[in-house]
Amino acid sequence: MVDVPYDRIADVPPAEVPEVELYHPKSWWTQYVFSQDAKVIAIQYSLTASAIGLVALVLSWLMRLQLGFPGTFSFIDANQYLQFITMHGMIMVIYLLTALFLGGFGNYLIPLMVGARDMVFPYVNMLSYWVYLLAVVVLASTFFVPGGPTGAGWTLYPPQAILSGTPGQDWGIVLMLASLILFIIGFTMGGLNYVVTVLQARTRGMTLMRLPLTVWGIFTATVMALLAFPALFVASVMMLFDRLLGTSFFMPALVEMGQQMKYGGGSPILFQHLFWFFGHPEVYIVALPAFGIVSDLISTHARKNIFGYRMMVWAIVGIGALSFVVWAHHMYVSGMHPHFGFFFATTTLIIAIPTAIKVYNWVLTLWRGDIHLTVPMLFALGFIITFVNGGLTGLFLGNVVVDVPLSDTMFVVAHFHMVMGVAPIMVVLGAIYHWYPKVTGRMLNDVLGKFHFWVTFLGAYLIFFPMHYLGLLGIPRRYHDIGEAAFIPSSAHTLNAFITVVALTVGVAQMVFLFNLVWSLFKGRPSGGNPWRATTLEWQTPETPPGHGNWGKELPVVYRWAYDYSVPGAAQDFIPQNQPPKATRAVQGAAP
Amino acid sequence: MVVAIVLLLVAVGSVLFHIYSPWWWTPIATNWSYIDHTISITFWITGVVFFAVIAFMAYCVFRFHHKEGRQAHYNPENKKLEWWLSVGTGIGVAAMLAPGLFVWHQFVTVPADATEIEVMGQQWQWSFRLPGKDGRMGTTDVRFVSSDNPMGLNPDDKHGQDDVVIASDDLHLPVGKPVKVLLRSLDVLHDFYVPEFRAKMDMVPGMVTYFWMTPIRTGTFDVLCAELCGAAHAQMRAKVIVDEESEYHAWLEKQKTFAELSGRNAVMRATYESGGK
Repeated sequence: MVDVPYDRIADVPPAEVPEVELYHPKSWWTQYVFSQDAKVIAIQYSLTASAIGLVALVLSWLMRLQLGFPGTFSFIDANQYLQFITMHGMIMVIYLLTALFLGGFGNYLIPLMVGARDMVFPYVNMLSYWVYLLAVVVLASTFFVPGGPTGAGWTLYPPQAILSGTPGQDWGIVLMLASLILFIIGFTMGGLNYVVTVLQARTRGMTLMRLPLTVWGIFTATVMALLAFPALFVASVMMLFDRLLGTSFFMPALVEMGQQMKYGGGSPILFQHLFWFFGHPEVYIVALPAFGIVSDLISTHARKNIFGYRMMVWAIVGIGALSFVVWAHHMYVSGMHPHFGFFFATTTLIIAIPTAIKVYNWVLTLWRGDIHLTVPMLFALGFIITFVNGGLTGLFLGNVVVDVPLSDTMFVVAHFHMVMGVAPIMVVLGAIYHWYPKVTGRMLNDVLGKFHFWVTFLGAYLIFFPMHYLGLLGIPRRYHDIGEAAFIPSSAHTLNAFITVVALTVGVAQMVFLFNLVWSLFKGRPSGGNPWRATTLEWQTPETPPGHGNWGKELPVVYRWAYDYSVPGAAQDFIPQNQPPKATRAVQGAAP
Repeated sequence: MVVAIVLLLVAVGSVLFHIYSPWWWTPIATNWSYIDHTISITFWITGVVFFAVIAFMAYCVFRFHHKEGRQAHYNPENKKLEWWLSVGTGIGVAAMLAPGLFVWHQFVTVPADATEIEVMGQQWQWSFRLPGKDGRMGTTDVRFVSSDNPMGLNPDDKHGQDDVVIASDDLHLPVGKPVKVLLRSLDVLHDFYVPEFRAKMDMVPGMVTYFWMTPIRTGTFDVLCAELCGAAHAQMRAKVIVDEESEYHAWLEKQKTFAELSGRNAVMRATYESGGK
């Protein structure tokens, strides 16, 4: 027998978890629309995020059409191109990935995985979703207002963002800032819920060090978001004042198109500090839930405990903390004091160490495993490759002097798409294939799933890997047309056209996925309660999909960590977290 | 089996693409080959790690994929292994960071004999200014900007009168002489970006930023804007021509000073206001 921490219920103080007063819906409206059930709210968040995410997908096709075949499409001009990149970036980072990981996966999985009946503040949880929906509606409305959405880039750098040389100066930027403010209000309500639920509503026996890594990832990301989003909030409010009231928080004295403006004394770099104080943790707000979820996918589908669980937890917490002291690595060429470069390059490269530990532990979990190449496992493998690739190119951009030639080029675009676009989306897709049976009671179609994986993974890699080399060559980002420049060979245009063709193909493959989601809802193979034979609590619910209050009459009691796969001597290759040690021993005794 | 091979092919293909890529950095034109060397070191270290991790993963998939009767090994942690991997990673990180910080120190230390020149950005064009015979540039303020004084020079500063002002034309620089490039913007963020120079820096309204370099070969280079500055960002272009010393001086002789330009503008305006009499 190996020295394992699974048989330690005696160490856990038998804290009584009081039964909570659940809100019981009285009508169809309060059950499915204005629902206070975290599972319904999770689905509302996920559907809304996916809907606005599809808009971002279409915008990316339009961008690629313009980049691959500049001048061919008369309906895309420079202004529109800038509007497309801005909305694509903002939607993907905030309204899709943040909302989906925290509002979607967080709401669905936290109560089930910690053994709670619901979030601790269900009413606030419901409000969180409706404010988020309002933020999305305000954001989407900018497509229809005079002047269209803002084209300031997703970073919204002033002074450009609020001056007339940038599209969307009238309405677009104002509504964008308003939408961000709403999003942050909505998120704060949800985020407080997730944190308090993890800290206060864990069922008996569920110690912090028995939490599945999914919960650790979402929990840490939520704490970070609660600390980071306020910086964006104040920056948005201040820029809104600069734009509407003529204040000068970020606006120095300047001349616009020959006209002396009334601004004076503000600092554009101050905005950049505020933005990236939020913006860098935001990268990890998206990455940490992905880290957590992928750990559970790998462990479950390799039938093996996650390697180095404690190190994995500390790596998540350590990365979360370190990510608050690296923000200015986005600003090496911003004109801030050059000596900052020494500090921020050092902190940035140090963060590579806990991140590397996570990667090692994922691949070491595969070592001597029993690897089932299911669709979730395939997406997990795809995640590792794209994340390793994108993480390593981060070492270029974090190392201040290497960043100087590469910043603001396509290298940066390729890097962040690989590391915080493709990699987390690999996890999102793998997670959907993994948990869809719990949410619907049916399996997604496997053949369509494998097709979807291979086209998406190989396609995304073919899009973004070669793109690094366009940046190395020196092609700047945010150019709707490279135009004439002596250093750009014609082969660069060929590569751009190739990338566009692949991007459209990957886009079409997502339609296959959408079809699978709808088709399997009606025709999918019934899954039963625990199709992947997993250990964590959400697979042990009495009903699938889990009913109101999740657990029937009695809350589950947890006796072991979340990773008892292939325990030597056990009858099955998994032992659920809520299986008492006695039962295991009896089974072990019976085993030969 | 197939999955393992595809994963391995991704790793091998990436390395081959890197080796045979026709898209590579431009031939360098300044002293910043140190930066290129640091990038090369980073490519080596990260390339080895990338290949090792993906190849190991592919091997695991090949060796341990599910077969009837296979049982996974139960192994929660191995402190020794985790410790060694962390130390190894730390060494690799240090091997990239140390040269990086060393070169950054050079990058931010401007040599005393560097000549100051100024580049100014505005939507969507570049202007340049060189110190005149007195070797000093006059002060500027955005409040002085007018059609007669597009760069906003202080008309009362005597050091500014002999400054060479180059609006809507190319910049020339002498080869082999270190220059400190002072950067200024009238309206929004811009970024003076010449791929062959490697160095770049944002231009921020309300402040003066800088970088330094020594051009090491003659030639004509495209100037691009690398910080999003509005609708015509992609069209904001100019050229820098690095000349031999003698050609540079021949070019410099022909340029107009601030005093000459404002004098000429004053004469033209007087002519216009007097109705051409």
